[in-house]
Amino acid sequence: MQTRHSNINEIIMQAIFFLSALISVIAVLAICLFLFMRGIPAISEIGFMDFIFNEKWAPTNTPASYGILSMIVGSVYVTAGAIVIGVPIGLMCAIFLAEFCPDNVYKVVKPAVNLLAGIPSIIYGFFGMEAIVPLVRENFRGNGYSILSSAIILGIMILPTIISISESSIRAVPENYAEGSYGLGATKEETVFKVIVPAAKSGVLTSIILGIGRAVGETMAVVMVAGNSVMPLDQIGILKPIRTLTTNIVTEMSYASGLHESALISTGVVLFVFIIMLNTSLSLIKSKAQRN
Amino acid sequence: MDRSINNLQQRKVKALLLKFFVWFCGILTVGILIYILLFILLKGIPKINLVFLLGEYNSETLSAFSSIVATIQMIVLSLLISVPIGVFCAIYLAEYAKRGNKAVKVIRLAIDTLAGIPSIVYGLFGMIFFVNILGFRASVLSGICTISIMILPVIISSSEEAIKSVPDTYREGSLGIGATRLRTVFRIVLPTATPGILAGIILAIGRIVGETAALIFTSGTNVLKNPSLNLFASQRTLAIHMYMLAGEGLPHSRDMAFATGAILIIVVFLVNYATTKFAGRIGRLQ
Repeated sequence: MQTRHSNINEIIMQAIFFLSALISVIAVLAICLFLFMRGIPAISEIGFMDFIFNEKWAPTNTPASYGILSMIVGSVYVTAGAIVIGVPIGLMCAIFLAEFCPDNVYKVVKPAVNLLAGIPSIIYGFFGMEAIVPLVRENFRGNGYSILSSAIILGIMILPTIISISESSIRAVPENYAEGSYGLGATKEETVFKVIVPAAKSGVLTSIILGIGRAVGETMAVVMVAGNSVMPLDQIGILKPIRTLTTNIVTEMSYASGLHESALISTGVVLFVFIIMLNTSLSLIKSKAQRN
Repeated sequence: MDRSINNLQQRKVKALLLKFFVWFCGILTVGILIYILLFILLKGIPKINLVFLLGEYNSETLSAFSSIVATIQMIVLSLLISVPIGVFCAIYLAEYAKRGNKAVKVIRLAIDTLAGIPSIVYGLFGMIFFVNILGFRASVLSGICTISIMILPVIISSSEEAIKSVPDTYREGSLGIGATRLRTVFRIVLPTATPGILAGIILAIGRIVGETAALIFTSGTNVLKNPSLNLFASQRTLAIHMYMLAGEGLPHSRDMAFATGAILIIVVFLVNYATTKFAGRIGRLQ
């Protein structure tokens, strides 16, 4: 009797566990469904080509114009800037942590990296607005709200991602690689840079892609330092303000309605599709690395 | 002979330079962190006072009290939703799912996808689904629903890791003395995995406290004079309070934005400390 009772319990609970696991799948499907449901009709109303490849964003004009090319380019610029700043520093720091760092220094640097990961984007944004923007304004032309300021803040924000994933992939390189290299008379530095890091390249690549994902999707930090003006393509400059896909949504959503609101959601759809593409390339890299 | 000595010297110089550069980047990373922390804390902490923390909100005090209450409310209720779902999901993945199962592959893909979605996209989804379609309006409730989905991957992955780190001998021992699988999970596996699960929960708290983009269109930017636990009221959390203050551009509101930033950083500190403490405990267990 008791075993039958517990058998039923077992089956019920197992079903509950499985259903809980399905919630993530349902959530992803719901996000796709509702985002596309609101975004796709707007894109087809505006016209796909006119939406993606038109640089004129003037939703309050008559006739209104809803082109997001300038923001796509803006997102590409700030992300590329973040990678240029964040990847070299992050990778070097990862190499430092994995190969050169004495134990007592590790106990300081590693928690610092974790803390950097935990700082909310609003803090980065405010810090950027109060520290980086004035710095750029005083040292270069312009008012400081610029691609450069955004790239610096995003570069700092992706550091923890780059560092932790690269560090663990460098640590995962088998011991005998290094032994072989030392055996041939290479120095420690030559071994690290010519043997170990190249062997860890799929992990480093993963960290860069995750960093790109974080930079492209970041909103609040960028909105506070980018200036958010929609720039015609031929006037985009590193010291000039910029609007990205994410900041387009957050600056205008509060007063948008009708097709304007839908166009902002469509901007989110473009961002979402881009992130899905990044994720797919990530899982391709992962499965390729597993096969090797 | 001469050339090879030259070559050796060149290699040594190169090695020294690389070593210097690597150390420099390590120290730079710590330096950036310290600079950000001091920048906010030094200007923010002197501005924190009792009226700011616990007073009534008006244009003079710019009090954070109601935002603090809203933030705590959001933390508690969204954890109540996501922790059971997340832990049960982790139990399924770690204890019940068979290897190579198709469903498991889909579930893992979904969790990875959720983890990669930017918070602004969660905000848009919450606005479309909870605010408009379900008719929750801009309210704390909409914010809670949105945030619960967002923190799910954090809770699932740390719980799964914690459950997997429980040694198999524990399970075998329990099953060996005749306990059912379910009893083993609840009496042996989960208690042993608790520190790791807690670490994940604390990490999730950190994310909720710092979240802005997902909440700005769901729970909204409204601020109440006095705190209220009304789930259907639109209320800003602490992070949104900081964003709004920073955006006002007045010297006084800027000071208070620094103060709010200091509070957020202190919370992040505590969260980080607690996480490493709990995570350290599993480390020792293994």
